[in-house]
Amino acid sequence: MPVIELRGVCRRYDAGPPALDDVTLTVEPGEAVAVLGPSGSGKSTLLNLVAGLDRPDAGTVTVAGVRLDGLGEAASARYRRAHVGMVFQFFNLLDDLTVTDNVVLPALLAGTSRTEAHRRCAALLESLGLARHAAAYPGRLSGGQRQRVAVARALMNRPTLLLADEPTGALDSASGEDVSRLLTELNAEGQTLILVTHDEILAARCATRTVRIVDGRVHSDEPSAAARPSAGAVR
Amino acid sequence: MTGLGTVVRSGVRRRRVQTVVIALAAFLAVTAAVLAGSLLVASTAPFDRSFAAQHGAHLSALFDGARASEAQVAASAHAPGVAEAAGPFAVVTQTPSLGPDAETPAGMELPPLTIVGRAEPTRGVDRVALVEGRWATGPGEIVLAEGAPVGTRLVFADLPGRPAVTVVGRARSTSQTAEAWVVPTAIPGLTSPGATPGRQMLYRLAAHGSTSDVATGLAAVTSTVPGGALLGSRSWLASKEAADRNTALFVPLLVAFGLLGLVMAVLSVGGVVAGAVGAATYRIGVLRALGFTPGQVVRAYLGQALIPAAVGIGLGVVAGNLLAVPILTTTSEVYGTGPSGVAPWVDVVVVAAAVAVVAATAWLASWRAGRLRPVEALTVGRAPAVGRGRSAAALAARLPLPRPISLGLAQPFARPARLTTMIATVVFGTAAVALAVGLAASLNRIEAARTHDTADVAVGPSRPPGQPGPGPKAGPGSRPEPGPDAATVRAAIAARPGTGAAYGIAETTAAVAGVPGAVEVLAFTDDPSWAGYELTEGRWFRDPGEVLVPTPLLTAVGAKVGDTISLSVDGRPVPVRVVGEVFSTSNEGMQVFTRLDTMLAAEPGLRPREYRVDVADGVDVAGYVAALDAAVRPLGLRAEVNRAGQSEVLLALGALTGLLTLMLVAVAGLGILNAVVLQTRERVRELGVHKALGMTPRQAVAVVLSSVVLFGLVGGALGVPAGISLHGVLLPAMGHRAGVNLPQVVLDVYRPWSVALLGLGGLVIAVLGALLPALWAARIRTATALRTE
Repeated sequence: MPVIELRGVCRRYDAGPPALDDVTLTVEPGEAVAVLGPSGSGKSTLLNLVAGLDRPDAGTVTVAGVRLDGLGEAASARYRRAHVGMVFQFFNLLDDLTVTDNVVLPALLAGTSRTEAHRRCAALLESLGLARHAAAYPGRLSGGQRQRVAVARALMNRPTLLLADEPTGALDSASGEDVSRLLTELNAEGQTLILVTHDEILAARCATRTVRIVDGRVHSDEPSAAARPSAGAVR
Repeated sequence: MTGLGTVVRSGVRRRRVQTVVIALAAFLAVTAAVLAGSLLVASTAPFDRSFAAQHGAHLSALFDGARASEAQVAASAHAPGVAEAAGPFAVVTQTPSLGPDAETPAGMELPPLTIVGRAEPTRGVDRVALVEGRWATGPGEIVLAEGAPVGTRLVFADLPGRPAVTVVGRARSTSQTAEAWVVPTAIPGLTSPGATPGRQMLYRLAAHGSTSDVATGLAAVTSTVPGGALLGSRSWLASKEAADRNTALFVPLLVAFGLLGLVMAVLSVGGVVAGAVGAATYRIGVLRALGFTPGQVVRAYLGQALIPAAVGIGLGVVAGNLLAVPILTTTSEVYGTGPSGVAPWVDVVVVAAAVAVVAATAWLASWRAGRLRPVEALTVGRAPAVGRGRSAAALAARLPLPRPISLGLAQPFARPARLTTMIATVVFGTAAVALAVGLAASLNRIEAARTHDTADVAVGPSRPPGQPGPGPKAGPGSRPEPGPDAATVRAAIAARPGTGAAYGIAETTAAVAGVPGAVEVLAFTDDPSWAGYELTEGRWFRDPGEVLVPTPLLTAVGAKVGDTISLSVDGRPVPVRVVGEVFSTSNEGMQVFTRLDTMLAAEPGLRPREYRVDVADGVDVAGYVAALDAAVRPLGLRAEVNRAGQSEVLLALGALTGLLTLMLVAVAGLGILNAVVLQTRERVRELGVHKALGMTPRQAVAVVLSSVVLFGLVGGALGVPAGISLHGVLLPAMGHRAGVNLPQVVLDVYRPWSVALLGLGGLVIAVLGALLPALWAARIRTATALRTE
């Protein structure tokens, strides 16, 4: 049974051309799907729909058995807590919170006890090599470290899906490689991954499948020839 | 359109929330300022302004119509020292009863009225101000200074044919030249058979500044009429003294509200504009990067602030002037002056000040941002400076609270200047509420203590229609007719089941050394202390020869509690010991309160004219009154529900205080609204991240509302003591201006539970102000929030 199922999805902003036009797509559990396309092709819109951040104008979006196209804001928030971890291009860490406070935030919002949240956070930071930065503020970390913190935050609620929007777009090449390795390892552990990018190399390295979107339509959908390094225990 | 024009236009149109908030803040602030300014103007020497506006009479004289002809009286206008005169006007004094269509029981007798025949009230001396209805145009119509409402029918049952008149208007003479006016042709019909109406002359004197000046003027006009023709006179100085004493109680209150309104207005508009411009630092950075000079940035943001502010200011002036009509009418009721509108210069000053405040704050904020290097402005404008509020955020994260609440608690600390403004706004709002609540309670107690007539039932003289009335109430120089035997009446009252406590009041007058004129003596058959009297010092009288005295009399005779003073009743000395100081402003405080038997040696025939009864708990007052009325009728008395203490002035002041407080709270709420809008908008991306991480709309509301909790509580904690302190300063000042010491019960109006509730008022103001942005935060789509720059 697919973890993600989009059927005939359309999304249009204002009076312009549709950002997504009759998109049908399924993703199976454990897949690492790279969504590629030029700027304005509709890939971020696709990610927003899967994350429950936006609603389609037409068609259905079903993730982990949940129909997202009819959910209200509160239900969408509950869905994201349960099923989605998000990694953004510009990290979107909260500058006035420490690394630990950033990472535990999704768990606390979901009602997890403080003790359990901090236990899980410590394990995640340890596995991602961030334990010594637990009390630091994001502003003092490198770009790669910040994105690792963002990944830790995204994994905090053990999501069904990890959605990454240009996760290496704001990083130098060394940090980018570091993050792409991390994503690959996570997928090898069984984490379903949707990666939105226009970086062909990143897609080839991390994804098991590549979906190309052009002008809001699925242009191609084919397996990637991604190499799989041995997985580290990150969860 | 120039680049500057485009920026201004887009800024006004696209930043709709801020545009609306600036307009609203300017609107409320200007409305409040017009009201406050008008109150300050109205409270500045109200008697003098009203007297000047009415071209008041420095001296009014009443001549005996039988002894002086109209021509002789008219000639007094040419007496030396008389600058201008009006009259003679025919004057009669009659006692009306309510007609059959009145709301109160038909036949109920009203106090005697001094009725003056005047065809035209708005020319010459004493230009009477019409406050309601219209002037009388023919016989059968009457205009009253106070009392029965317009439309009431009054019947003069003592006169042949029982003539009736309809109240067509209410008017006010600052010179207090009459209690009612009719057209001159109506006077003969209101004159008792065989009597000749008096003739009233109103004079403005060239020299009028002192009592002796007015006395000289009186001597001059008296010398022009036959000897003995002068029946009475009134100096404007006496009216002024009485008016000033009355209004002095309320002037500090209204001045305080006026000043609070002005401070709040400045704080609100200044905060809103500074916040709005400060929040645009990033946009200013973009403009600077595009080539705008610092000067152009300042002009652009001046325009963006001034355009909505101008709309708000314009609407505020209109609303202020409209709202001022009922408020100034109420104020004139309180001050007993003619109605006044908003002084045009108040509008001009308020508009100029509002524009200046908006321009100055917009200029300062945009000048500061415009002088930043573009890259700095872009960095500074993206988010609060990194590090600010970090400790607060770390501390809040450790609190055992739901995370949305701890997130919200820390938010305001990222902007210390805004936090300070918000706290100040809440402090002022809470202080205003605390002051208003305290004043309302104090005024109630002042009124209860002033009227000291909280008894359920009043028993007084009655007479069947057609019989001569009892004449005016006792006053200096006059004594009422004695009532029936006190023991008989007391027995009749005591015999009624349901009687709680009762006392009889005998009124007489006495001379006291050092006090000009007569002093009113109220002599009680029993202990009246339960009827609302309040002592400011000492104790109640217990034995004959012990008296209570109000502050003004005590001051006039230079005595203190414990001293012995001598009353003189018809030349018979009555030495009495002052055992207490009582709060009373009646008869300008020239009163003595004592036991009846204190006075009996000097005035053996002294008997109570009136009685007051307190009905036992649970007894139906109406039924009790009906039964008691039947019992005392044979004694020539009538029992009725005591309506004393329902002061119109108090009601008016209560309404005024309520309205002004509401406005101040609205201004404070708007200040908070703006600050929280700015804070929420600044953090919209952060909000988007939270939502992307699973924050529900309810949790988003919790974040925003909890962001105002701390300063709401702190503001309340600071504002309530400030309001209580202001109350503690104002009340004694009010008493001091009125020449009385206020009893402690008037000052001690705050209870621990009311202080706690008032403290929470700060939180309520803050939460109300934050509600709209909180709902906006709940509704905003996550994707939209994440996209927001």
